[in-house]
Amino acid sequence: MEGFIRKSPCLREPMGHASAIAASLRAGVGHAVALIRARGLLKTYPTASSGEVTALQNLDFEIFDGEFVSVVGQSGCGKSTLLKLLAGLLPATTGTVELNGKPLYGPSSEAAVVFQSPVLLPWRTVLDNVLLPIEFRGLARSRYRASALELLEMVGLRDFAQRYPFELSGGMQQRAALVRALVQDPRLLLMDEPFGALDAMTRELMNIELLRIWSQSRKTVLFITHSIAEAIFLSDRVIAMTPRPGSIADIITIDLPRPRDLSIINTERFGHYVAYLRPLLDAKGGIS
Amino acid sequence: MTSQAVNMREIEPSGPPMRVTQGGIVRRYPQLTISPAILAALLAGWWLACNILGAPAYVLPPPQEVLQATVRGLSRAPWDVAGYWYHAGITLWEALAGFALGSALGAFLGLILSHWPILGRSSYPYIVGFQSLPKVALAPLMVVWFGFGLEGKVFITAIITFFPVLVNMMAGYQAVEPERIELARSCNASERHLLTKIIIPSCLPFLFAGLGVASVLSIIGAVVGEFVGARAGLGMLLMQYNQSMEIAPLFSIILLLAIIGFLMNHAIGLIERRYCFWAQRSRVAART
Repeated sequence: MEGFIRKSPCLREPMGHASAIAASLRAGVGHAVALIRARGLLKTYPTASSGEVTALQNLDFEIFDGEFVSVVGQSGCGKSTLLKLLAGLLPATTGTVELNGKPLYGPSSEAAVVFQSPVLLPWRTVLDNVLLPIEFRGLARSRYRASALELLEMVGLRDFAQRYPFELSGGMQQRAALVRALVQDPRLLLMDEPFGALDAMTRELMNIELLRIWSQSRKTVLFITHSIAEAIFLSDRVIAMTPRPGSIADIITIDLPRPRDLSIINTERFGHYVAYLRPLLDAKGGIS
Repeated sequence: MTSQAVNMREIEPSGPPMRVTQGGIVRRYPQLTISPAILAALLAGWWLACNILGAPAYVLPPPQEVLQATVRGLSRAPWDVAGYWYHAGITLWEALAGFALGSALGAFLGLILSHWPILGRSSYPYIVGFQSLPKVALAPLMVVWFGFGLEGKVFITAIITFFPVLVNMMAGYQAVEPERIELARSCNASERHLLTKIIIPSCLPFLFAGLGVASVLSIIGAVVGEFVGARAGLGMLLMQYNQSMEIAPLFSIILLLAIIGFLMNHAIGLIERRYCFWAQRSRVAART
């Protein structure tokens, strides 16, 4: 089994087929371009009683252009903190984040966030919600209306453009939130357990849909989840996090063919990945 | 996918659709059946107390006398000082002007003090101190400051209506979902956009709750202002009838004040339904 799991201590090693090809094509000379480069990330929070608590430590990783990378770990391991650091919503205590070669000091127009809850504004229609980032960025709504409707069509919400969020089911609301992120045409999608609140069936459907959308739009995705199966099913690479304080236990490459469907979950290879990842997420040493 | 949408009929305030088809007219329209029945019972009890139990007319005037006094007062022209319309108009004007001033200031300050916590925290002791002061105790002072004109009544009404709106606006600000603010920040929203597109609309349900309370309090402010010294208004009329022991017209003024208060509150409710329709619907949708 050891030989089966391809660890990637050197990140220039081949990744999943599609992204490796895409990345090398973009780089032109066979060297993948890092869209995100995190170096020595450390995040501590002050506590009410004494001193501070460490949420994340010693985080070094890269995410390449066009890649789908998941971060998997137990709840409370700092996954969401990591996403906020990468989104520029929180400053790192020490360490740096580079987005597309430039150090990140705040929210970037090249990255869009999909939150745990859909966060749709109830007084706006679906279309107006989707166009909200356009308004925030001071761009002309009229120029993005057509592409917003096209994206709504892609996720099957074209007929609901003029409806209000309370008329939509949970899954539909989260799809609208995804469109709201995509309408900004970001290079990087940061997704923070976006399907965590959905029931298991809807969640599987949303996973398949997300892969379809990803393959069409070719965005780079960083996907936070606490589900090992979800991480393996979706990703080119999986970053496994240890419990608090969160650090990287391992980064593994998922060598499963694309396009994927749910039957892949029953393959032996998929099971090996699950068996390898599960102990990593528990306390150090893998004893659970 | 269409079946996933929440059925519009399910979120109507009249209750789930099963009830609509089952229950009789009483269940469907309690406000048109039970409410008038309560009124009839109250009137019958009143009539009984006066005509059968023999309550003296200077304590409880019989309903027919109150009706006569009301008809007599309302049959005069609106500019006739001896009629009710003139005085009702004065009182309503004082109440509305004070309400507009007080609630506008309350909403504005509530927003400012919440958005810039330094301002809020430094002025908090004064707000609490002034809030715990019984505002009607200031009414005699109004005569000293403003004389017997309308300004004093508008001023005391403004002070009384200011607090419920301020307090509700601050509560509304605290209740803005942090995810909504994070969404705006992740899109690099300006401070102005954050306020106008996220925070102020989010506060609207709380603001309207405050306005509903303030609308009723505004009548109290105007009437108390007239009690301590006025040349016109329903409060002044009330004092006159009280001193001359004309109890039947006094009762009709009380009724009139109740009706004005009810109508003002109802008007606020109508405006709320126009601009805040999403708040109740979202709550109902979240429960189903």
